[in-house]
Amino acid sequence: MAVFGGRRGDDNPALPPGQHLTASFPVLSAGPTPSIDTEDWEFFIQTETGQTHRWNWDKFLALPSEDITVDIHCVTSWSKFGTRWRGVSLDTLFSEVETGFDFVMAHSYGGYTTNLPRQELLDGKAWIAYEYGGSELDPEHGGPARLLVPHLYFWKSAKWVRGLVMQSEDNPGFWEEYGYNLHGDPWREERYS
Amino acid sequence: MTSQAVGWLTGSLTSAHPLTAAARSTTLTVPGWPGNDAGQHVDVRLTAPDGYQAVRSYSIASAGPGEEIELAIDRLPDGEVSPFLVDDLELGDTVELRGPLGGWFVWRPEQTQPVQLIAGGSGVVPFVAMTRAHASVGSTVPMQLLYSLRTPEDAFFRDELSQPTATVRTTWHYTGAVPPGWSRSAGRLTVEDLQRETLPPEKAPLTYICGPTGFVEAVSRALISLGHAPDAIRTERFGGT
Repeated sequence: MAVFGGRRGDDNPALPPGQHLTASFPVLSAGPTPSIDTEDWEFFIQTETGQTHRWNWDKFLALPSEDITVDIHCVTSWSKFGTRWRGVSLDTLFSEVETGFDFVMAHSYGGYTTNLPRQELLDGKAWIAYEYGGSELDPEHGGPARLLVPHLYFWKSAKWVRGLVMQSEDNPGFWEEYGYNLHGDPWREERYS
Repeated sequence: MTSQAVGWLTGSLTSAHPLTAAARSTTLTVPGWPGNDAGQHVDVRLTAPDGYQAVRSYSIASAGPGEEIELAIDRLPDGEVSPFLVDDLELGDTVELRGPLGGWFVWRPEQTQPVQLIAGGSGVVPFVAMTRAHASVGSTVPMQLLYSLRTPEDAFFRDELSQPTATVRTTWHYTGAVPPGWSRSAGRLTVEDLQRETLPPEKAPLTYICGPTGFVEAVSRALISLGHAPDAIRTERFGGT
């Protein structure tokens, strides 16, 4: 019988269960990488009253931004430590939004969607990121801007994000429809439904 | 869609053979496996004697009902799990499996659109499952495969894909070295290659691309430039950037 040795380098308390470290930055997308000109880009938050808050690229960049250094965890079992981003906190974007709905559907250019509880986006836990490692965000990693919700599995951090639609129920997004967990907490290994 | 077993199942290696110098076909018998769609994947978990565990995800080369699944595993040079599965795992040894996983990058027999498959390297594995599913249900939907690989020695399942009775035609493309007498020189797939060797937009195909990130990015961009709708292209990428 063959005996598995393993590498053990991954025995790290900062690594969620079932994850291993990678130094590279794998790309997982369901379709082609959309090409989005910042001239045409906009980000919106739409509430149950039908009111839509909109930011074009210039208005978005004029908002206060933050440097963010976080570990990220993909459901396919890789984790990457100390990734550096720059982005606008969702607290800032939500500051003028009035809503009684507790859930959000994130929509991306290209048609991707993912669902999140509103509270997972607030209190300094989530951003719209537009720089990675000190440079503008590559299209294949979600540029010009992506959602960054590092405390959940990374499929929740929708690439090419274009808006958030408030929803009353936690309706599933794209991967969630295909059997992935509605919530996606890596520390509780919420991979699949 | 086949159901998904979310718990871990135990599978034992019941047959294995080399595919290339770096890859091995491993067939596992997995009591409780619910069957899988063509293109789905599975998590494989290995446990060391001291309890240390490592998990990796692999595409499944087989499709349909039954408790046997075939994986085609490429040994990654700096891999932790793949070298063990390719070089060490012996007949009768067990591993844990969770799945099948993924419901997007799949082909189901009830689909009616023509299908173009485009593989880069070991990205061919889910397509082997799709060609097998296509044959086993006797599908009349046009399906063809463009398989880009580095050298002839890197081919997975060459005999099976080249069979005259195959219901899916495979076009071979070499990026590093070509076989003797090959009419074309080695090189990356170009827009012209894709135009000549793949189903055109007028046939309204559903196109699946699987391979390393750079390959998938380049091929999907080229297909869009040829007039394919982005939402008629499904992708699966592996490897870092």
